[in-house]
Amino acid sequence: MCIGDGALSDSDWERSSTVRVVAPARPRKLAKVPFVELADGRLQGVVSSGSDIERVYVSSVVAGTYAFACSTNNNRPCGGARGSFCNHIRALITEAVLQYGAERVARYLRVESADGEPSAQTITGGMSSTRPSQGDTTAAAPVFSRFLRHLAYLELAPTTAPLPEMQWFPPSRAVA
Amino acid sequence: MVPAEQGGGVMRADLLAGPVPGLDEALAAVDAFDRTLVEGLSRPRPELSAGPAGLARAVAGSPLADRVAEAAGKAVAGAAGEDHFVALAAARTALLGSVHDALTTRVGEATGRPRGEETVPHPGGGQAANLHLAARSWLADLARSGWQGIDHDLVSGAAPVVSAMLPDPAMRRLATLLDGFAVELAASCPGASLERVPARRWADLWSRGMLLTLPGAAALPLSGTATGRLLPLGVDLQEHATAVQAQVHAVFEPADGTAPRLVRAGVSVPKPDTVVGAGLWQLLRPHMSLLAAVGDGCSMDLTDMPVTADGDLVWDDGQARRGDPADAFATARVALPAATDAATVPLDRHPARIAVPVFLEGYEAGTDDDGTLTFTVAGHALPVDTDRIPAAGPLTPEAVAASGACIALLRWDAGTYRVQPLAVERTVRKKAVALHAGGWAGGTADKAGVRAEKAATDAVAVLRERAGRLLRK
Repeated sequence: MCIGDGALSDSDWERSSTVRVVAPARPRKLAKVPFVELADGRLQGVVSSGSDIERVYVSSVVAGTYAFACSTNNNRPCGGARGSFCNHIRALITEAVLQYGAERVARYLRVESADGEPSAQTITGGMSSTRPSQGDTTAAAPVFSRFLRHLAYLELAPTTAPLPEMQWFPPSRAVA
Repeated sequence: MVPAEQGGGVMRADLLAGPVPGLDEALAAVDAFDRTLVEGLSRPRPELSAGPAGLARAVAGSPLADRVAEAAGKAVAGAAGEDHFVALAAARTALLGSVHDALTTRVGEATGRPRGEETVPHPGGGQAANLHLAARSWLADLARSGWQGIDHDLVSGAAPVVSAMLPDPAMRRLATLLDGFAVELAASCPGASLERVPARRWADLWSRGMLLTLPGAAALPLSGTATGRLLPLGVDLQEHATAVQAQVHAVFEPADGTAPRLVRAGVSVPKPDTVVGAGLWQLLRPHMSLLAAVGDGCSMDLTDMPVTADGDLVWDDGQARRGDPADAFATARVALPAATDAATVPLDRHPARIAVPVFLEGYEAGTDDDGTLTFTVAGHALPVDTDRIPAAGPLTPEAVAASGACIALLRWDAGTYRVQPLAVERTVRKKAVALHAGGWAGGTADKAGVRAEKAATDAVAVLRERAGRLLRK
């Protein structure tokens, strides 16, 4: 979870004001999966419907148990998510790996990688092979509202008043 | 390689090497307090009493003495209220203020520049808004749980407060701080499984958040207006998942012939976490004409631009027009040595806030044992923070390593002064070629830059389309 600290010893890291604790998101195309996050103990996000521009799917996988859920923003169940991961959830995992890096996604979901580097494929496979149960869709409403909150950031006005607090948030060339 | 002996304007990096008297003692008191925030103060903690008591001892000769002594006692007894936490945050901030002052004095010796003595207004009182109280309550809960006790429920308590604050410009500073802080905490949950804790950093963010909940703490210390010529040195970019700020550092030459001084001009905006790289410049570019001027290597002429006591121009495109071409390296060589450094407002007296423009030349670039790039000047190796160079720009760590002259911000962190490159000069076929960290701030024709701009435009277009369809339903 900690990045950009290659040159700092543990004690220097603990005594740094500006150490980067979270890597910036890696750029990715947003058309298919406009929103993905590791939050509330879940990998969760929003997947655009391939057929209906007005419809989105709200998908999630719980860390540890891999219990999964997928439904539309109008709370209709996803036809594909019966008994196993649907394509929306698979797309969600793929995009999460692009945005956060496979290692961070695997660690958050607590997926053990049998050999070598984790990837979207090994993470998906690792979770599927435990035959996770289908969870209820109660998370859909809060996830969708987090997505709307996320979109609302585009509506906030810029300011040219100084923001000295940002001195604590340097950019980083390191990626997740 | 140019000879080591340089004329005016080149920083005396060797003067940064010696120990700063009193620094270790002050930081030891800070570290002891920071350890109590790792463990938490929800129950009696006699074994941690050294932390809060050390803070109280450190400010014993100040007006804070009584309140901090009382707060330290309550904290160790697991009975601290919000006002007690505010008092402890104030004491920690005061202590780091003294560290800032000592470090800045040393910086002044190295740059040889005069320092501004503008009197800085103290923030006035007033009534704390309900949102300030809500933020304070969340921060107090963090202190009780300790970093090792954080969980998703506790951390997510910040979200409604931040969402309510962000649209209000008067609350933007506290909102942006809490937002970035909460993202880190959320990514670190549960605290019980953390292998190591960024104790200094999180205590910094916690203390600053606490003080920003005080009425008037974030008031803009306007001191007048600026009319004259602005000569940019470079752009410093700062970002967290949901905010970005670009700050232009520049020499300002007043039209009335008074002494030139160092100023900053910044623009910031909240953002979705998926807007990154060139997308950051795209969000900021339309709101400060200075970014395009910097990208094109131009000065700007200011008329009655509002300015704060600590040297921040509060930019308004209507008060500025593009001036003549101005090479940043000429500015650094000629105008920078005579410019006065800005004063610092009380709340900003913190080591992390030190970002002093310097000019370096005649150094030997190398790497230390950890692989960190260093510039060696007069036998003293100064670490170079190449990680701070924005990804969306023409400047690279490789170019910095091959450079012969550098405009940088001098900073201090984790016990060490370091320089953050804003621009470098390389000699290519006997000609000096400049590369700027903020070279793409105003846009670019560079092939890789155009690709990055296109990708960022597409990302924002998708989000805007989704927002248009879903947000106001």
